[in-house]
Amino acid sequence: MVRQAHHERPGKKLLNDLKEIALADSVIELENITRVYQMGDIQVQALSGVSTLIKRGEMVAIMGPSGSGKSTLMNILGCLDTPTSGSYLFEGKEIGKFNDDQLAEVRNRKIGFIFQSFNLLRRTTAAANVELPLVYGNGRGRRERALKALERVGLAHRANHKPSELSGGEQQRVAIARALVNNPSLILADEPTGNLDSRSSNEIMDIFCQLNKKDGITLVLVTHERDVALFTQRIIFVKDGKVVNEEILKTGSEIR
Amino acid sequence: MKLTDATPLALRSLTANKMRSLLTILGIVIGIASVISMVALGRGAQRAIVTQIQGMGLNLVMVFPGATNTGGVQGSVGSQASLTVKDAEALVNSADAPSVAAVAPETRQFAQIVAGGVNTNSSVLGVTPEYQDVRLLDLAEGDFVTQQDVTARSMVVVLGSRVAETLFPDGNPVGQIVRIRERPFTVVGVLKSKGGQITGSVDDSVYIPLSTSQYRLQAQRRGSALSVGTIYVSAANSSSIQQTVEEVANVLRQEHRIVSDDDFTIRTQEEMMQTVSQVLAIFTLFLGAVASISLLVGGIGIMNIMLVSVTERTREIGLRKAVGAKKRDILIQFLIEAATLSAAGGAVGVFFAWLLTRAMTRIPMGNANINPQLSPDIIALGLITATAIGLFFGVYPAARAARMNPIDALRSE
Repeated sequence: MVRQAHHERPGKKLLNDLKEIALADSVIELENITRVYQMGDIQVQALSGVSTLIKRGEMVAIMGPSGSGKSTLMNILGCLDTPTSGSYLFEGKEIGKFNDDQLAEVRNRKIGFIFQSFNLLRRTTAAANVELPLVYGNGRGRRERALKALERVGLAHRANHKPSELSGGEQQRVAIARALVNNPSLILADEPTGNLDSRSSNEIMDIFCQLNKKDGITLVLVTHERDVALFTQRIIFVKDGKVVNEEILKTGSEIR
Repeated sequence: MKLTDATPLALRSLTANKMRSLLTILGIVIGIASVISMVALGRGAQRAIVTQIQGMGLNLVMVFPGATNTGGVQGSVGSQASLTVKDAEALVNSADAPSVAAVAPETRQFAQIVAGGVNTNSSVLGVTPEYQDVRLLDLAEGDFVTQQDVTARSMVVVLGSRVAETLFPDGNPVGQIVRIRERPFTVVGVLKSKGGQITGSVDDSVYIPLSTSQYRLQAQRRGSALSVGTIYVSAANSSSIQQTVEEVANVLRQEHRIVSDDDFTIRTQEEMMQTVSQVLAIFTLFLGAVASISLLVGGIGIMNIMLVSVTERTREIGLRKAVGAKKRDILIQFLIEAATLSAAGGAVGVFFAWLLTRAMTRIPMGNANINPQLSPDIIALGLITATAIGLFFGVYPAARAARMNPIDALRSE
């Protein structure tokens, strides 16, 4: 919608300037995204026309019942999947045209993932787990960067412990450090507190809020729990592959 | 991902399942060990035979009676009595054979030799004095057959070293009497040991004057002319040996008045060496091929375990892809794991091959002393082969890992 407005205006320089401002402002720009899965002979419409915009520095929750398409939406947002139709601009770049390697690079440099089940490598230490994204990027000073990321989640003293020696909350904090280590533009968390008790959940959410407020990191999280969603500034409700409602929790002035 | 990241990763994942890794590489270990030791054995045999042939003198030309088989039914080489003492004399005297340095005819029969209460069966060779030089024989004690012995048809004998040991275990056989076909011979000399040779063992033979053999010992005379079994010709120059071969053939054709097919066969050391090498090469190749079947089986074992590993680590693959691993990164990771696995198998296999060849060196094998040759190039070949097998059989599992969809992989249990 923003782009359409641009097109109507004359003057190429002005148009470009405005575009840049708009792009710099938004990390995610979805326009009429659909995703159809081919399951044998049956076509399953997981997303049917999702349009939304997530601004830099925003903290957004996506909520919806099972089968609503929120996981598909997360996969597309995380560049793990590409839409069947529609346009997904990530930092102004059309993701739909990217090939597998380009998508991998975007994930590596720009996106941090946090999963419900932590997904840490069992046999390696916390520090080595945090280092993992750096292995696939340009890796210089990997160990230091990993330790710094662990420090940000308050786990520097556990750097040489293996996941089995850490509590659930600590494991998720290691996963957050792993998501942080490449200084991504976006952190995506899929049910980050789903496997944790309420104390650890609050700890994790505090860290998220801190990262968002202090460091201005854009955060998108999928959750079932309204308690968790209330930590964010906006809730997007998804149902039957569509955005059905949006709830603004905090005003723009409170964001920064 | 760089190799410096992938290699420790592969090692870690392999050491995490030590028993499984060990069992997996067993096929490669056995395969590499057998292929390498077979090749080493083949090379050792080749070297032993080449050394022996060279020990007989590179300028040696052998003339056997009978034609070379060229199809149809013909007597095999040596089965006819077409060579005679006259031929040998002609080769020495003919002006048409200037490159012939020396000629040594030989008769050969098998007989029991008795000394006191001890007896042995051995080849009794009728020879002339030239025989010692032509066949490069060295005396341990006493003298060889002399011209005088030949002229006088003396009842003297020179013993091969092993015959001497058997008949005279207390030593000092020179001057003693031995009986060959009930006839008494005086021992005049004993040869130094020379080891086994393709033309029969020097050590297991005894040598008597040619004339004595023909007139006093041979059970029956074949034809009117005095036949001999083999004529050894020593060429003046080992580099012009082909010329000697032609000269000998021409002289013999004249002697035998041959217009079409030769009734003799001429062999050189070089030809024999080539033949032996060819036979051994085929033999080695065959052994290697049989042994490499176990390499194939080992490779399939690696593929199998890599497939299991890929399935087990589906989530890990999904995670790696989510944080930015490209297809190539995953492919390399699993390829290196497979290659490391089989290279380790290759290294252990080389070690076992080394033990095996050491053991084989100690086992006595008749006269032939075969030292398996485990040279660096064979070892390198073994290791490279093992690694290549790992890479080859790792391609399919690794490609399967690389092709995985990160979303499905992350969701798998």
